[in-house]
Amino acid sequence: MSQTVIYSARKIITMNRSRPHASHVAVRDGRVLGAGTLDELSTWGEHTLDDRFADKILMPGFVEGHAHTMEGSLWSKVYCGWFDRTDPDGKTWDGVKSVDALVERLKEAADKLGDSETPLSGWQLDPIYMNNQRVTRQDLDRVSTTRPIGILHASGHIMNVNTKALELAGLMKTGINNAAIPLGDDGYPMGELKGPEVMTPVGPHVDFERNMLDADEGGLRRFAKLCVRTGTTTITDLASRLDPDTVDMMLRVTGEADYPARIVPLRFFMGLSPEDLIAEVLRLRDLSTDLLRLGRIKVVADGSIQGFSARLRWPGYHNGAPNGLWYVAPEQLSEIFHRALEAGVQVHTHTNGDQATQLVLEKLAPALQAHPHPDHRFTLQHCQLADAAQFRQAAKLGMCVNLFANHHYYWGDEHYTLTVGPDRATRMNACRTALDAGVPMAIHSDAPVTPLGPLFTAWAAVNRLTASGRVQGEEERITVEEALWAITMGAAYTLHLEGEVGSIETGKKADFAVLEEDPTACSPGDLKDIPVWGTVQGGRIFAASDL
Amino acid sequence: MGALPVTIVSGYLGAGKTTLVNQMLRQADGAKIAVLVNEFGELPIDEDLIEARDDELISIAGGCICCSFGSDLAAALKQMAEYQPRPDHIVIEASGVAMPGAIAQTVDLIPELRVEGICVLADSLNIRKMSGDEYIGDTIERQLSDADLILLSKADLVDQADLEVLQDWLAEHWPCARVVTAVQGQVPNAVLLGRFAGGETRSAGQFADDKYQSLAVRLETPVDARKLAQRLAEPSLGLVRAKGFVRDISGRPALIQLAGQRTEVTFPEKPGAAGLVCIGLKGRIDPRALQELGLGIS
Repeated sequence: MSQTVIYSARKIITMNRSRPHASHVAVRDGRVLGAGTLDELSTWGEHTLDDRFADKILMPGFVEGHAHTMEGSLWSKVYCGWFDRTDPDGKTWDGVKSVDALVERLKEAADKLGDSETPLSGWQLDPIYMNNQRVTRQDLDRVSTTRPIGILHASGHIMNVNTKALELAGLMKTGINNAAIPLGDDGYPMGELKGPEVMTPVGPHVDFERNMLDADEGGLRRFAKLCVRTGTTTITDLASRLDPDTVDMMLRVTGEADYPARIVPLRFFMGLSPEDLIAEVLRLRDLSTDLLRLGRIKVVADGSIQGFSARLRWPGYHNGAPNGLWYVAPEQLSEIFHRALEAGVQVHTHTNGDQATQLVLEKLAPALQAHPHPDHRFTLQHCQLADAAQFRQAAKLGMCVNLFANHHYYWGDEHYTLTVGPDRATRMNACRTALDAGVPMAIHSDAPVTPLGPLFTAWAAVNRLTASGRVQGEEERITVEEALWAITMGAAYTLHLEGEVGSIETGKKADFAVLEEDPTACSPGDLKDIPVWGTVQGGRIFAASDL
Repeated sequence: MGALPVTIVSGYLGAGKTTLVNQMLRQADGAKIAVLVNEFGELPIDEDLIEARDDELISIAGGCICCSFGSDLAAALKQMAEYQPRPDHIVIEASGVAMPGAIAQTVDLIPELRVEGICVLADSLNIRKMSGDEYIGDTIERQLSDADLILLSKADLVDQADLEVLQDWLAEHWPCARVVTAVQGQVPNAVLLGRFAGGETRSAGQFADDKYQSLAVRLETPVDARKLAQRLAEPSLGLVRAKGFVRDISGRPALIQLAGQRTEVTFPEKPGAAGLVCIGLKGRIDPRALQELGLGIS
């Protein structure tokens, strides 16, 4: 007979509405046997009582519905972001606050490389916070003139490089006529490459592989460590090309006895016709294991708001920038919806701008009439600018939304003053409106765009503070309980997984976030600062301190 | 070895890109053309042209190939630039929502390649309606703004009066792009890709198509080749294409290549004989204006 372990805890917040709190949880075969009092659970018979969590708070393992394993890959590079950020090994890196500090940090990293030619790469640079001061190749030449250097911006759409990198890519010349390669006064590229296409010639020389969408093995392992540190036990990899080699690697790594997170990769739609896309995803779905859930599609409809590439409805961008770009043709989107509904495959669609959201709503409605599917849960990802009418329509259509709560903190001020203006900035990621409209809702980090950390994401949705400390859109704040629901059951629901994870109740996976403090007892402003001890995943215990 | 010419074929869904590309392959006439498509969707290449296919490559009669580039065009271009046997020409069939100007900038970054021209297809039947579409109207207009040549597809399905109204509308909004019609994708490769012998005056009249006229011109005295190229690109001259050698004021032979509004002047190490071949729509090309530029018509 299988062993039963009963864990005591200071408090168990179950997210099971029939029984919201418990003092003990019994685990058998990696699943929850029950949550209640010790007396109640003892009725299951022989068991071991484990008090290691006696002073901890247990919650269901957090579910992150929009992240990318790329976050793990990027940590092999030098962190250059403005905000302090904790790496997979638990070291917190100070934010880089000036170009001098950037150069200093890169020099330190370069010194550890030994020879003088190995490429050096960094990530998450965000000059927006440095008064938009531009980093030049000469700045990076101060680090090295002999090794190529490339620093990816937080947006993922701009890269700064040094002279050596430009030379190796054949771009160190005058006469380049390309809006994405700004030139210095001397007529040579100033060292900024704006857009993935112009990064491509340089990427291989500065250790940025082309296919950043797919996880590499080291990245997947580092990603899992971040999950443990943040209490996350189920997480999406929301746009992967899922090349055959990648899938083999992911199956192998997630199949190891001590891999601590359930990964849900969605197949990126580009590169296959809608017909082939469905066939490929159905093939992938059959390869799924408990810890690698394949078989869903990610479509990207438009770009980003701060990059002015999101598709907005009237009156467009606040600063007068032209409307953004479509990454899928409306007809193609429609065909994917029709075929996916017919095949019973779920589609998550990235829509940042409200026009992109509107397009999805308009295309899904007739597709649903053609192929009725009462429980499709097609999900609008980001859906940052949706208004109340759109949320109501999404609810009527049976859609879910996953709102980008973290965005508000990191770029809210920018949206207020520059991109969409005060009115729409105030209603961005309108969690209150979404819940009131009855649309199932999750909230997300989009790691690596912002750091993985469901409690931070909950904090952002509850407080709606921007980086400058303003409350932006106080009417759209949600309660702590609602936010905790969103990072557990809410996100699980968007993946059709809420029957397996997202709460601590009989039959579900024994997936727990182990916390040092009670998020329902602290001040809402302190949610993000609750220390995470680690996780329990499928009954296996992972202490952050042991990673 | 000169840079490999790249033609970008753009246009919204249903504008006729696939038909055009297949017709182009049918008249490849020995040229090894590499076609890059977004994805191997439904019939990117007519079945009877296909010799073999695998996941990444379709081999086409006459040494042509077709590859899909998915989400990584730059990588596919790089691969094509190094492909053996080396293609004579690359044609990118852009996705319906892609901006051809942005694609051209990508091509420009690869030293082995040069943008030969941007051809944007517009469906005669519904381009005006589409340009007013809430969702994709501005996308279509931006694509047309990037065009060197606008190809009006399905021109046989609208009557002459409507076609003229449409052409006036295009000329009003995109005055610099040259507009030609394409029925069933029938556009000579000389017009579409600039594939014609341009350096020899005796090739005048080589061009047998009842819609187009070609003129061979010569210039006896040295000129500022770049300025001349700019003049040739002026819409009033009615030229769709021009190619050939003139003697530049610097004393060097200059190769002028014109694709609609796009001009390119280079100074090849092994120049051909002096002389330019100009192609325009019959009745639109203006020999007198050419003569006023000092160009003697052979």
